[in-house]
Amino acid sequence: MFDNINLQQLIFGRFTIEQIPYHEPILIGTFAGVAVMGVAVLALITYYRFWGPLWRDWVTSIDHKKIGIMYCVFASIMLLRGFADAIMMRSQQAISFGSEQGYLPPHHYDQIFTAHGMIMIFFVAMPFVTGLMNYAVPLQIGARDVAFPFLNNFSLWMTVAGGILVMVSLFVGEFSRATWLAYPPLSGADMSPGVGVDYYIWALQIAGIGTTLSGINLVATIVKMRAPGMTMMKLPIFVWSSLCTNILIVAAFPILTAVLVLLSLDRYLGMHFFTNDLGGNAMLYFNLIWIWGHPEVYILILPAFGVFSEITSTFCGKRLFGYTSMVYALVVITILAYLVWLHHFFTMGSGADVNSFFGITTMIISIPTGAKIFNWMFTMYRGRIRFDVPMLWTVAFIVTFVIGGMTGVLLAVPPADFVLHNSLFLIAHFHNVIIGGVLFGMFAGVTFWFPKAFGFKLDEFWGKVALCFWVSGFYVAFMPLYVLGLMGVTRRMQHFDDPSLQIWFVIAALGAGLIALGIAAQIIMFVVSIRRREQLRDLTGDPWGGRTLEWSTSSPPPDYNFAFTPVVHDSDAWWDMKNRGYSRPLTGYRPIHMPKNTATGAILAGLSFVFGFAMVWYVWWLAAVSFAAILVVAIHHTFNYDREFYIPADEVSRTEGQRSRVLEMA
Amino acid sequence: MMHGETAPPGAAAPVFYVTDEEGHHSEGSTMLGFWLYLMSDCLIFATLFATYGVLGRSYAAGPSPKDLFELPAIALNTAMLLFSSITYGFAMLEMDRDDQRKTQIWLAITGLFGVAFVALEIREFVHLFHEGAPPWRSAFLSSFYTLVSTHGLHVSFGILWLVTLMVQVHKYGLVVANKRRLMCLSMFWHFLDLVWIGVFTVVYLIGVLE
Repeated sequence: MFDNINLQQLIFGRFTIEQIPYHEPILIGTFAGVAVMGVAVLALITYYRFWGPLWRDWVTSIDHKKIGIMYCVFASIMLLRGFADAIMMRSQQAISFGSEQGYLPPHHYDQIFTAHGMIMIFFVAMPFVTGLMNYAVPLQIGARDVAFPFLNNFSLWMTVAGGILVMVSLFVGEFSRATWLAYPPLSGADMSPGVGVDYYIWALQIAGIGTTLSGINLVATIVKMRAPGMTMMKLPIFVWSSLCTNILIVAAFPILTAVLVLLSLDRYLGMHFFTNDLGGNAMLYFNLIWIWGHPEVYILILPAFGVFSEITSTFCGKRLFGYTSMVYALVVITILAYLVWLHHFFTMGSGADVNSFFGITTMIISIPTGAKIFNWMFTMYRGRIRFDVPMLWTVAFIVTFVIGGMTGVLLAVPPADFVLHNSLFLIAHFHNVIIGGVLFGMFAGVTFWFPKAFGFKLDEFWGKVALCFWVSGFYVAFMPLYVLGLMGVTRRMQHFDDPSLQIWFVIAALGAGLIALGIAAQIIMFVVSIRRREQLRDLTGDPWGGRTLEWSTSSPPPDYNFAFTPVVHDSDAWWDMKNRGYSRPLTGYRPIHMPKNTATGAILAGLSFVFGFAMVWYVWWLAAVSFAAILVVAIHHTFNYDREFYIPADEVSRTEGQRSRVLEMA
Repeated sequence: MMHGETAPPGAAAPVFYVTDEEGHHSEGSTMLGFWLYLMSDCLIFATLFATYGVLGRSYAAGPSPKDLFELPAIALNTAMLLFSSITYGFAMLEMDRDDQRKTQIWLAITGLFGVAFVALEIREFVHLFHEGAPPWRSAFLSSFYTLVSTHGLHVSFGILWLVTLMVQVHKYGLVVANKRRLMCLSMFWHFLDLVWIGVFTVVYLIGVLE
């Protein structure tokens, strides 16, 4: 690594002009597309003179509501990238049979499936989940912000910096080909000497810092900042699911950080944690990564469970059935999440006794999960169900998730797993629970809280069109993979020899096409809704007949959320207030204590991006400079003691007076 | 649980909001948040300990703990860190008495002990390199260096943080914010002490005893 240092290497590390993939037409096309869109966006921002507001009101904002919205926007953009990968894989596999090689060589195909998995989990599902929690949790517990507002902004930009690093790998160098969890020895320096795995490592490390800090932040928020009267058993169920999720984040992400550090030490300093020689042990990596990885699955699904619980009780007009059992189910799942990791590699050969233990713990998780399914159904039973779009996603979820759950229990049986391991059956299973569970949950949540965030509902017709295409597309795309998996077809193949399999892959590709229509319908839905926003306007702040505190404020809520901190008597606090004749206070406003905006989070994340990029390309001087700059900026930030200000009572009075006038119109 | 339907007629209207806004600030969350951070850091160390547990006997025909570790040097190293914890405790006692000068003196002594600890650790590493035991020699050495130097890096950051806080105390005095910061660093410092006791026992003592 340090041999033959010449000037070019000193300045540019291992970067050379050949690393720009200008000889790959697909990437040139993508780059042209991205460049055109990027220039268009920049031009629009300039044309509407939006740079100032963008910086003042969004980038430097520490308002949890804006941060939540930015997380969701980021997740949506990355969903388009992840889906582009998906449709390339499906079309490649549909045509690459026999003598036909398709249009993606293995070198490119392997990067695509790695990027697809990694992006969908870390930069779509995670920011969606974090975004919804950020938006809804403080409002639901009657707080004015999270416990550490600056940290929240920093977490957001660290996540975005990680995402940008992955996107840069498209056009500068290459991405990892070592699967979404970078299993060694394939991801080691011998097998993957290029920059791909390093892009993967640094993107995850940077985003991982953001995720861990936002986990700490939300746990502290939920434990410490609940409105008076909101005891733990009166928390809205979404807040309970967020608490469990964030405890899982704090207790799982450090393990990911540590194991990726070990992998980087193998790669950068030639150490021997996971190598095949000098005592390294690759299976140690499998164990450690899945001790993080399995809780991660629940980090994603628990908030979705919370969203569905809120939606079910709201649209059935009923108190959630079995609140207490819901809470215990969440907590039990949180604990069991740490006792099942080995089911991801039963084939490691740890023996019948160890495999039985992990098989049984895995099956036990289906008990609390099943209890939750029954609770949702009993909430619907004899309810006056309103089938608005969020409720339709919930119904689609219940049916789809039960199927995914049952194939999961099937995989939990070690002997069956020996047959199905690494097959397309597994692919079908986890897409079944992640699309049918997490993604449907996020779509439901976005539809549910959109009027709160922006003051108007999403267009119902296009919402239903999107739902139909997504749900049907999911089944058409993934049911064939169950069939193929049972026939023994393995995952991650760029080419197949047996032409009899082709029909199933063609059907799956059609399913991906249907999902593409679903995404198109969603984009149309947003455009149509924005254009029709006056007809879709919500003046009451409570468009769905909500039950929890976020619906007691205006839509969108004022910066300070609540002019007076609410006092809670019931788990469905707002429902209780409406039932018992709550009248909105109209006088006696006081100045409100709020945190100040700051640019430090964005600056630190920008420097972290530079640091990561320099480490990927071995540009040591730049890495050293950017690391030193991170320290200087962070320390400088701690010298700022003036971080809060008061919103004067006059301004609160003006804002609330405005709301009174709007309420009269409603 | 109170329900709207079950409230007796004519009962006093319940209170649905507080008019007097005090005690709803984030200040009280800092200690909990810092504890959570420490626990997450603890898991990083747990991972490194587990890794050492798995790989710590994979010498790959290279040197073993018995060939490398000199317990007297490690004992001196340990003493530096333990003393620094005591002196940090003295600093906190003086902070409670609002004696800024003595607080600063004890903090400075703590920092010096910390520097001594890091210096001794670097000396040990240089010695090991000369013995032909760099981290890329075997899985045992990889896991050993990673565990010990992760701790050492934490101490180094602690020293940087300590210096920053001393400047801030000098500039702004023992204000509430600075006291809170000193409390956080105190927890961090004692936490590192605790981790070192684990390292000392699991890596050095058991390594040489076997």
